[in-house]
Amino acid sequence: MSIIADHINYTYEIGTGFERQAIKDISFVIEDGEFIGLIGHTGSGKSTLIQHLNGLVKATSGTVYYNGQDIYDKDYDLKTLRSKVGLVFQYPEHQLFETDIFKDVCFGPKNLGLPKMEVELRAFEALRMVGLEENLYYQSPFDLSGGQKRRVAIAGVLAMKPEVLILDEPTAGLDPKGRDDILECLRYLKEETGMTIILVSHSMEDVAKYVNRIMVMNDGVLMYDDTPKNIFTHYRELEEIGLAAPQVTYIMNDLKNAGFDVNTGAITVDEAVESIMASVR
Amino acid sequence: MLRDITIGQYYQTESVIHKLDPRVKLMGTLVFIISLFLGKSVWIYLGATIFLAVVIKLSNVPLKFILKGLKAVVLLIVLSAAFNLFLTDGRVLVHFWIFTITAEGLYQAVFMVIRLIYLIMGSSLMTLTTTPNHLTDGLEKGLGFLKKIKVPVHEISMMMSIALRFIPILIEETDKIMKAQLARGADFENGNILKRAKAMIPVLVPLFISAFRRANELAMAMEARCYHGDEGRTKMKPLKYQKRDRIAYISMFGYLAVLIALNVWMSGRII
Ligand SMILES: Nc1ncnc2c1ncn2[C@@H]1O[C@H](COP(=O)(O)OP(=O)(O)O)[C@@H](O)[C@H]1O
Ligand SMILES: [Mg+2]
Repeated sequence: MSIIADHINYTYEIGTGFERQAIKDISFVIEDGEFIGLIGHTGSGKSTLIQHLNGLVKATSGTVYYNGQDIYDKDYDLKTLRSKVGLVFQYPEHQLFETDIFKDVCFGPKNLGLPKMEVELRAFEALRMVGLEENLYYQSPFDLSGGQKRRVAIAGVLAMKPEVLILDEPTAGLDPKGRDDILECLRYLKEETGMTIILVSHSMEDVAKYVNRIMVMNDGVLMYDDTPKNIFTHYRELEEIGLAAPQVTYIMNDLKNAGFDVNTGAITVDEAVESIMASVR
Repeated sequence: MLRDITIGQYYQTESVIHKLDPRVKLMGTLVFIISLFLGKSVWIYLGATIFLAVVIKLSNVPLKFILKGLKAVVLLIVLSAAFNLFLTDGRVLVHFWIFTITAEGLYQAVFMVIRLIYLIMGSSLMTLTTTPNHLTDGLEKGLGFLKKIKVPVHEISMMMSIALRFIPILIEETDKIMKAQLARGADFENGNILKRAKAMIPVLVPLFISAFRRANELAMAMEARCYHGDEGRTKMKPLKYQKRDRIAYISMFGYLAVLIALNVWMSGRII
């Protein structure tokens, strides 16, 4: 049970004179239950890459395998794939269209041809998982706050019960509170369901705390693919491609250079505090 | 799929044609269209072909790119060719079942197709070499005399330039929303017409909402920068004719004069 990308390349607008290679020979394996952060500067190809994983974009060359099957096979059912690999686009609240929130969340499971009971059950479950207050379920989605709208949109994908959930910059344009709500909601989802989650972001700080693997993209190339701790040892290189390691990494490295025996692999503030306390004691 | 639409698109490159004053290009397009309707002799079309070829060469826009714009109107061209081919009376060439092809019909159809193709190539050449902003600037200044009879030329051209600017944005937006709904299991391809029309609702509602939101934001931004219409508004880069513009005017009217002379000589009529 896994997603395999095998040497995929993708070029936009082939044959128009405006060609642009957005994905350059990328390969990776994603196993069940991983929590992955996909990081890269704007325009590095993150959004393009994730659209390959549910077959919305077809690689110019190379192949994607889902659970061992080539998704570009002629008789492969892409619609089923899209329900298994749930993709939440950037600014997903722009795709809401129904008159009330509950109906909108039902859209996904209804498209799967499930019976009405099952559809509604799933919609309830999804809305509960994203933590939306129950008294809002039958209101117009357009009356909600930005963060709430976004959670409704995420529920719309969750209701299809995907095995893999991919979110494209789910915290973009939210205030700190809205951002933390969404990230906490993802952590809860992960614990509750154990599903595979791929979190796209351009902020290391956001993902470092949550994920157990980070993939760094730069200009269409997969530059690093490792655990957060190992990734942050490259903080100088990351800076060169317009990304910053978490602030903690900088402090710990500076302390280390100043002669303190601290753990430079600390990722969260708590870990850092612990390590610093241990070294001065 | 939506990205195949090239009508109204701008092709960025360096060329004399790109640098010409937009008023010259507007007039040139008009002259070219008039020339296409002058007559139906081979010579007229030969002249138009040479004119078009020279301008395309000068514009540095690849021919392939200009021809791509024709794809969108293939159906229109085929239909009008068919009408001319089958519905013109005259000397019968071929007859099968209910179809009759006459010599006159064939002649008509061929000219009609050439005329349509040149018409579209000529006008797309103008938009390919002129940014939308330039184009509306040209229209505003070129039609400025209409202000005297209280036509709101400035407002109309401002609306036009905003509309043109919004076309690619809305196309991109449609693309995005369609993909987002596809990811939620939407199906735009299967089913009968009714079902497919219904499948468009989840695309159209968000599209309209976003169009209104964008319009609102734009209006606010314009107001915040004190936009108040035409009165007392000056341009950062006012349009001014250069030497090349004069040469272009002379060449296009020379071209028209030669074709008219040709036509008079060939058929004894001006048009
Ligand atoms: N629909 C499109 N048409 C043409 N080029 C595109 C399109 N979408 C993205 N690109 C180009 O592909 C590259 C990667 O974009 P994207 O995948 O959106 O990056 P990211 O999500 O990391 O910001 C960018 O250079 C962008 O300009
Ligand atoms: Mg993106």
